[in-house]
Amino acid sequence: MKKTMMGNYAASWGAQLSRVQVIAAYPITPQTLIVEKLSDIVADGELKAKFIKVESEHSAMAACIGASSTGARAYTATSAQGLALMHEMLHWAGLARLPIVMANVNRAMAPGWSIWADQNDSLSQRDTGWMSIFSSSAQDILDSTIISYKVSEKVLLPTLISFDAFFLSHTVEVVDMPEQELVDKFLPPYKPEYKMDVNDPRSFGALTDEQYYYEFRYKMQEAMDQAIDVIKETCREYEEITGRHYDLIHAYRCEDADMIMVTSGTIAETTNVTVDTLREEGHKVGNLQIRYIRPYPKKDILAAIGGAKKLAVIDRNISPGYSGIFSQELKSALYNEIDIPVRSYIAGLGGRDVKIEDIKDIAYNALEHDEPNDLIWKGVKK
Amino acid sequence: MIEIRMHGRGGQGAVKASFVLAEAAFQGGKYVQAFPRFGVERRGAPVEAFTRIDDKPVQIRSQIYYPDGVIVLDPTLTEVVDVTKGLKKGGWILINSNKNPEEYDFGDEYNVYIVDATDIAVQNKLGSRSAPIVNTAIVGAFAKITGLVEIDAVYKGIENSIPRFQEENKKAAKQAYDSIKSE
Repeated sequence: MKKTMMGNYAASWGAQLSRVQVIAAYPITPQTLIVEKLSDIVADGELKAKFIKVESEHSAMAACIGASSTGARAYTATSAQGLALMHEMLHWAGLARLPIVMANVNRAMAPGWSIWADQNDSLSQRDTGWMSIFSSSAQDILDSTIISYKVSEKVLLPTLISFDAFFLSHTVEVVDMPEQELVDKFLPPYKPEYKMDVNDPRSFGALTDEQYYYEFRYKMQEAMDQAIDVIKETCREYEEITGRHYDLIHAYRCEDADMIMVTSGTIAETTNVTVDTLREEGHKVGNLQIRYIRPYPKKDILAAIGGAKKLAVIDRNISPGYSGIFSQELKSALYNEIDIPVRSYIAGLGGRDVKIEDIKDIAYNALEHDEPNDLIWKGVKK
Repeated sequence: MIEIRMHGRGGQGAVKASFVLAEAAFQGGKYVQAFPRFGVERRGAPVEAFTRIDDKPVQIRSQIYYPDGVIVLDPTLTEVVDVTKGLKKGGWILINSNKNPEEYDFGDEYNVYIVDATDIAVQNKLGSRSAPIVNTAIVGAFAKITGLVEIDAVYKGIENSIPRFQEENKKAAKQAYDSIKSE
């Protein structure tokens, strides 16, 4: 059923429809309305779940780890500094191979204090062993939550679903809510092969010497590799019941494009609109939206680039001392595979608005210049 | 696509008004997007909220700089805020006021509409005279001047987005719908 909702609530209802059993959260800034809504839903008896109010984000993730270890479906949401505080526990959840799903509202790291959109918070968690999605609409947030539980529980890796502060978190739009019955059929209860069970005692997270740890890492990498096919298969299944198509990337008008813009998050959707206007002006451009940064869909990206002659990446993030992170990832994927110039742009840090005109400026700049570059700051005040 | 900017004061419900407007348009079969100006709201200070309405899903994800129409919830705002900033030529301005349209001078490029939403709200016991809740009256007026949504869609929008005093809100919307003044 279609209804209007805020991006934050799309996350809450995605968790509700997934019948999460444990929600742990620390209810203070930078926390969002996501868990507030869930606490209402649980208190009203609309979802049979345990809501655990903890004393920090670190504890929120610890509680999710505990819950997931016992075989419960666990959920939490956070943002910026809150996610950073979880960092240690994120590694734990990853290496313990727990299928936790978490929403993160992409907000800039302080100082200066900010509650505005910026991807540095979640990209700083890139190497924790979580699958990592950047959603671009409220519908995407809701659907990705449901899809992610199924994927995570199959490959035994947690998933982080990030979306831009305000541009999605506080924006109301139309979302098609799938029926609970439909979701139940798609996403059966979580039944792990091994779980913490007092009646069937085992050791978890014990001291692991060099004879074994190395293989843990190998297994994790193997699971990430497998996840690519599992994500595709699960998205196909979801499309069958909802009609909505998802994949690790979303290529828009790329087939015959001479130049492809590479984007993520909400900038990707505004870029789709910009591509239409640039096409009307006679420029053969496309937009390649990267939805998953882990696992990194290298093959899909190379295939989507096809015969394009140039790429222009827009990053709402920066690895200080080098460049935008999506740009780095893209260049490493292209090396030894496709030899075309990549132009890299930073835009929209700290919630600075990225308008159609800004994306057009970037496209014109990229169309005019053939030499590759590492970093151009779009609209920076010097 | 049409883009609307709403001017209000913090605590007056401008953001809620943008949501109710979106809900009414959605009930009328449109795709919508509504959001506040992304910032920290202070009570009494000028605030803005935005609504986009289209026949297809809205993909633009930036704020609105060149609206097709502007709604002013608080009559005193026209003196302190440039409410026509970026407003497209031929655009409309809907003001909650007890004045006559002729008393406003925004130049010849815009169409000015007036509705006394405060009085309508008070008549329907929606808030008080010092803190009236004018959202639904304003949405009724919007429906009339743009013709984008039927009054029935406004009623449905109210049923879905306003939990209390639905009948009073519907009456306010209809009264505003029927009492717009223009130049």
